[in-house]
Amino acid sequence: MMEILNTSFGLLQASAVREGDAVEERDSGYVPESKISVRDLNFYYGKSQALYNISLEIPDREVMALIGPSGCGKSTFVRTLNRMNDTIPGARVEGSVMIENSDIYRSGTDVVTLRRKVGMVFQKSNPFPKSIFENVAYGIRINRMASSKTDLHERVEKALTRAALWNEVKDRLKSSAFGLSGGQQQRLCIARALAVEPEVVLMDEPASALDPLATQKIEELIVELKKNYTIVIVTHNMQQAARVSDRTSFFLLGKLIETNPTTKMFTNPDEKLTEDYITGRFG
Amino acid sequence: MRDAVQDKLTDNEAPAFQPESSGREIAARRRRRWLSSIMTSLTAACAVFAIAVLLIILGYIAVRGFSSITLDFLIDTPKPVGEGGGIGNAILGSFLMTGLASLVGLPLGIAAGAYLAEYGSGWFGRTVSFVADTMTGIPSIIVGIFVFTMFVLPMGRQSGLAGSIALAIIMLPIVARTTEEMIRLVPHSMREGALALGAPNWRVTWDIVLPAARTGIATGAMLAIARVSGETAPLLFTALNSRFYNVYLDQPMASLTVQIFNYATGPFEVEWQMAWAATLILVTLILMINIFVRFLTKKRF
Repeated sequence: MMEILNTSFGLLQASAVREGDAVEERDSGYVPESKISVRDLNFYYGKSQALYNISLEIPDREVMALIGPSGCGKSTFVRTLNRMNDTIPGARVEGSVMIENSDIYRSGTDVVTLRRKVGMVFQKSNPFPKSIFENVAYGIRINRMASSKTDLHERVEKALTRAALWNEVKDRLKSSAFGLSGGQQQRLCIARALAVEPEVVLMDEPASALDPLATQKIEELIVELKKNYTIVIVTHNMQQAARVSDRTSFFLLGKLIETNPTTKMFTNPDEKLTEDYITGRFG
Repeated sequence: MRDAVQDKLTDNEAPAFQPESSGREIAARRRRRWLSSIMTSLTAACAVFAIAVLLIILGYIAVRGFSSITLDFLIDTPKPVGEGGGIGNAILGSFLMTGLASLVGLPLGIAAGAYLAEYGSGWFGRTVSFVADTMTGIPSIIVGIFVFTMFVLPMGRQSGLAGSIALAIIMLPIVARTTEEMIRLVPHSMREGALALGAPNWRVTWDIVLPAARTGIATGAMLAIARVSGETAPLLFTALNSRFYNVYLDQPMASLTVQIFNYATGPFEVEWQMAWAATLILVTLILMINIFVRFLTKKRF
């Protein structure tokens, strides 16, 4: 644990001091500037503690994969990043989550703005009981982002195109979102999240309920999206983590065991526990 | 029962799936099938009985009431026995009072139910839920006496307004509780989806949760309307009755139910006939409200 703490503090200083060298750092395969820095995060559901002293740097415009066995705290962790856990009675947080130099757990934080900036896609697709168009338009409407009707339509089209769904639904925008297939519904939810122009997209096992083809589409999409967004993806599927992510973090029993570039993580992990998990010796 | 049907579904030459089994297993299988068919028939019989009672009542009302329904009966006001007369003013009064009660009771009840389901997890919410449950069980005549004491006595006379208030009070807990139940059925993931887009809580409730629960809420509202359309006791104290067409809410007002009560308790055969006819009209109106609301809230998405 101490080792990880030290590393992340080191990185923090590095990114503060060498802001100008960010590009150089990325080229050298080292850590670029952080979009999100989590420091000493503890999380409790009532009396039981779900996360222990998590410190993690999530770099801008990269894909960070979170792996680990069920119940290890991956989902809980990702939900602390946009304060989705606020809705759970008895939930309590200690420590800080910095997004671009502001602590989102500081009192006075506007949770509504935060969630606009840090979008989320859930494990089970959860379209609203509205038309396909209205599903995507909803976030744009509530955040008053569209200047006109034409603008609204353009934004919806852009979001659906980005989510690689436009061609499949452009002729039936007015029909119910529930008529789409599982994979399409999930891409609709991604489009919905993208429509409000977030900077970070959190994905909680976005492909776990999908067939291989739909999964492949979502994965291609993730790789495409990282050009513009910082992505944190929770996954049970280690091949998926290997395919889409730049960096991987391994969680076990509420603790962050290791974070490393994905290639290193899957070939030469620092921790014995990580190696055991990746090679299937437990979990 | 199902097994027997499916045995015949195929013309295949192959033997039926019947794993080799001992005599005891075969006996157990027979017993299971026998028990299954007995229980299925029993539940089916209960269903038929329940529907049959309803159909007999409706059929009897239709047979007894239909012959007396004429256009005059539908638009005329009550007249002395022997001079005809009708229930036009009573239909109007029922519509006005039920309508006004719905106008007040439905929004209030739905809002209260939404509050209970979405924000009322503390002691306050639980208390309100409990009170609403208790209120649902209060006999309607007590509501009538309450409104009589609180409104009719200070106003100095019975009125359509007082009747509407009594009906609204009866509607409130029914609508609130059904709305609460229906909203609780909306999956949490849908709320999270909206919250994650930056929707404030009240917009999640208004834009996502209420529309998702719309069909259920409408059913609850319909039940409440149907329930108060059939109320007589609270109106006897509050709206009383009237022999004239009346749209002024500060005056006593006629209603179908009170008119039925008056006709049915009268001494003459003619009046009983009119009571049957008015009953048929009331049942038909309630049925129409049901169909109308069904149509309005037909699932669009």
